[in-house]
Amino acid sequence: MGQAMSVVVAGAGMHPWGKWGRPFVGYGVAAARAALRDAGLEWTDVQFLVGADTIRNGYPGFVAGATFAQALGWTGARIASCYAACASGAQALDIARTRILAGLCDVALVVGADSTPKGFFTPVGGDRPDDPDWLRFRLLGATNPAYFALYARRRMALYGSTPEDFAAVKVKNALAGSLNPNARYRATVTAEQVLASPMVADPLRLMDICATSDGGAAVVLVSPEYARRRGLDATVRIAAISTVTPSFPNTVLELPCFATDSTAAVPPPERTFRASIAHAAYEEAGLDPADLSFAEVYDLSTALELDWIEDVGLAPPGEADKLLRAGDTALGGRIPINPSGGLASFGEAIPAQALAQVCELTWQLRGTAGARQVVNARAGLAANQGLFGHGSAIIATV
Amino acid sequence: MLPSKRLCHIGPMPIPAIDGWFVVDDGVAHLLGTRCADCRTVHFPPQTGLCRNPRCSGEDLAETRLSRRGTVWSYTNACYPPPAPFAAAEPYTPVTLAAVELAEEGIVVLGQVKDMTVDDLHVGMELELTSGPLADGPEVWMWGRP
Repeated sequence: MGQAMSVVVAGAGMHPWGKWGRPFVGYGVAAARAALRDAGLEWTDVQFLVGADTIRNGYPGFVAGATFAQALGWTGARIASCYAACASGAQALDIARTRILAGLCDVALVVGADSTPKGFFTPVGGDRPDDPDWLRFRLLGATNPAYFALYARRRMALYGSTPEDFAAVKVKNALAGSLNPNARYRATVTAEQVLASPMVADPLRLMDICATSDGGAAVVLVSPEYARRRGLDATVRIAAISTVTPSFPNTVLELPCFATDSTAAVPPPERTFRASIAHAAYEEAGLDPADLSFAEVYDLSTALELDWIEDVGLAPPGEADKLLRAGDTALGGRIPINPSGGLASFGEAIPAQALAQVCELTWQLRGTAGARQVVNARAGLAANQGLFGHGSAIIATV
Repeated sequence: MLPSKRLCHIGPMPIPAIDGWFVVDDGVAHLLGTRCADCRTVHFPPQTGLCRNPRCSGEDLAETRLSRRGTVWSYTNACYPPPAPFAAAEPYTPVTLAAVELAEEGIVVLGQVKDMTVDDLHVGMELELTSGPLADGPEVWMWGRP
């Protein structure tokens, strides 16, 4: 996609991640106001607001666009609300981008925020035996970490990754997170601490698995013409947003499924689902993995960060561990992964998380990421995957 | 979902926790999937209506019993009691899970593992379908020693 088809990230803002125990609306409003301040715009300048929904906060969460618009003060702006699990923020961003590219508006605000209960994510309440998300708990006791653990064990068997490798991912991300004022976990950790933390889903231990968090993130998108007219910072552009689904037959067991698709009639596609997510973004941006300066990937577990590094094309299958061990993926390394500190340092605030990744892309590409700045960052990728087959990859460039 | 009637005439067995996904016939457990008459794609859990192959418009999905043996694609356990609606045993012992690859169907099926811990398992080993009770009584399919 050429520059003519790009939109400008004029502002980014976050409410710090934590376990604050307050309604999600407040986090979203704080993030929205921070993003608008960052852009040098007023709420009354916004023509279109997209809310990324949260499903654990009652009706206001299902209509997040209206909820945030009301809290900011009704202006008659157009709105949308969307839910795509962990990819909600990316889809919300894509909706805003599309409306700008269609010439239907010049200024869009995208907001996601969540307030989360303690412990494992559980299915939405009630007896729902037709809902696979309910059934996987009922029949198997298969929590989200169980699926992350299946991938981790598979990786160990195929590629020889070790618990020590997984611990090294946590150590690396905790160090980056210690430099990020928006991160929930700011303490550095040692490999010994990770390896001594309680086993949750073998081979993953408590410190290998991302927590559930409260938080809010927001992004202001504008058309390049509007940025010129208003004299806004137009350094950062969205070069691609991929929201692809899997291709049949999907041969990787996905949350919350009981089985993969069958390859009895149709051979597996050329790329796995996760690989196809990033591939579509590279195609749209006209870039290659080698063009990236850094990447934010969805480290729901330490092991999954290694999978993602390969899935986004930064290492051949089975070789992400080599990059990790060489320090290539650390801050100051050849291709820093999760310079924000990643989910390891944030925990997951579902509808805000993909937008938090875009905030990090924005600050890194502007060169304002402070102590965790990636030197001469020119292009960054954020990759994410939502339950039920929602892919998400965003490429931002200067 | 398929009707549960088929489970009624095969002699005494515990109440299945889910209708139509598996059957225990003369003490032998079988997963029940559906197979598309047009393209032969297999679906588990049993799909009815439209075949999931996007290039097939088949609507004739007939019940089929899946292979009873497969190889471990991966495995894990739940060291902490999973939340409701799972019924955790008291005292709790970790539930073991395995994702098992069935070669003929080209499918990986997740299930609890019966009477084995993660220390007994490795990727690539053979397991066989069996069944066993949830802590509150109903029966589910499980993977077990061949």
